[in-house]
Amino acid sequence: MSKPGGYINRDRLWHPPALTPAYKSSVTRSPNAPLLSLPTSISEETGPVFGDSIIGELDNDLILNFSSTGEAAIGPRIIVHGRVMDEYGRGVPGALIEVWQANAGGRYRHSKETYIAPLDPNFGGCGRMITAEDGSYEFRTVRPGPYPWPNTMNDWRPAHIHFSLFGAAFAQRLITQMYFEGDPLVALCPMANGIADDRARDMLVAPLDMNATIPMDCLAYRFDIVLRGRRQTPFENRKDGL
Amino acid sequence: MTQKLDYLKESPSQTAGPYVHIGCVPNAVGVTGVYAQDLGSALFTGPEPSDAITVKGTVYDGLGSALTDAMIEIWQADANGLYASAQETRGQADPGFTGWGRSAGDLATGEFSFRTCKPGRVPYVDGRDQAPHITFWIVARGINTGLHTRLYFADEVEANALDPVLGRVDPARVGTLLAHPEADGIYRFNIYLQGEGETVFFDM
Ligand SMILES: [Fe+2]
Repeated sequence: MSKPGGYINRDRLWHPPALTPAYKSSVTRSPNAPLLSLPTSISEETGPVFGDSIIGELDNDLILNFSSTGEAAIGPRIIVHGRVMDEYGRGVPGALIEVWQANAGGRYRHSKETYIAPLDPNFGGCGRMITAEDGSYEFRTVRPGPYPWPNTMNDWRPAHIHFSLFGAAFAQRLITQMYFEGDPLVALCPMANGIADDRARDMLVAPLDMNATIPMDCLAYRFDIVLRGRRQTPFENRKDGL
Repeated sequence: MTQKLDYLKESPSQTAGPYVHIGCVPNAVGVTGVYAQDLGSALFTGPEPSDAITVKGTVYDGLGSALTDAMIEIWQADANGLYASAQETRGQADPGFTGWGRSAGDLATGEFSFRTCKPGRVPYVDGRDQAPHITFWIVARGINTGLHTRLYFADEVEANALDPVLGRVDPARVGTLLAHPEADGIYRFNIYLQGEGETVFFDM
């Protein structure tokens, strides 16, 4: 009989390296020493549990969840949906997804943000949800605008939504970003270009999904996310129950 | 030609950026009214036990500047060495303790602080005991993939000496993983991202 083994190690050549000099902030925030690679133990194979009870009715509706009057946020209305899977293609149920983004003008609501574009009084910019039994999720928002950021004198972030994910285990913890199909700024972005392999970068670009749009209401983008997978084998050499 | 392996690849990481707080601890940066409270703000869901401890520290970059835009998460076993996780099969963890905390740190100084307990010992894959430890995960602008490290307690000398993970760390760098008692029940754990005294980070 197979039993759970360790998590498949991260492919560090697939992820961006710690030091990506074109993204200047990484220069002083990247460790010099190599990471110490070890198999996962129970400390990494467990993780916090977030029940559906923490999720409020509007948590996955960024168009309405900050508005005190019920007035909708300004911007192109979109649905983002997809599935969270592991590396074996199995859906990850009960995964907490937290998202954050700029408003349609490219402005974040944050005490330290100073971009000239205006805040939208009806847009907070955060949302969260928990994946269903098959790993699926869905939220509604406005398409975020691109924004300039201090790096070289003229860098612009492509439109993007930040994603934070918890799977079943802390080993699966991941933060990433979703980009939009057809955005020419993706190819110019030092953060996206920190990923060396085109196939890896393509995993972060969500296609327009006309089947999921709501006619006369909302466009839709599909964004599937893959978390680390856990081996299942009778042969892994570990003490029973570990 | 061969048969094709049909495994998927993990989605690549991207930096959490400077505004990670909007998504993860919105109330801490003025995005109020969406969530009643920020997740992970308290590890104890009820009254604190008398032996609760404080773990505090600051994350420094390679120039010695404190990070004031990071987000730090911790994950640990309860005082009896059990994780409050659906994956925990060895017993029932303390229902008043989540084991998971999250903090933006002080937005001016960067210092983070968690009220928690000293975790019990948990086994390694081969059944040996690990010394009490707390998993740390740090994300921020300039960090492309979340950095994973562990806090061990400097006052657990015997357990630390036998810990299978510490046993794999260059002895000259073990000290970077030790939290030192600063006052009664208060431990300090500073994290150095780069350079002299650079913290050991794991790929686990
Ligand atoms: Fe962003």
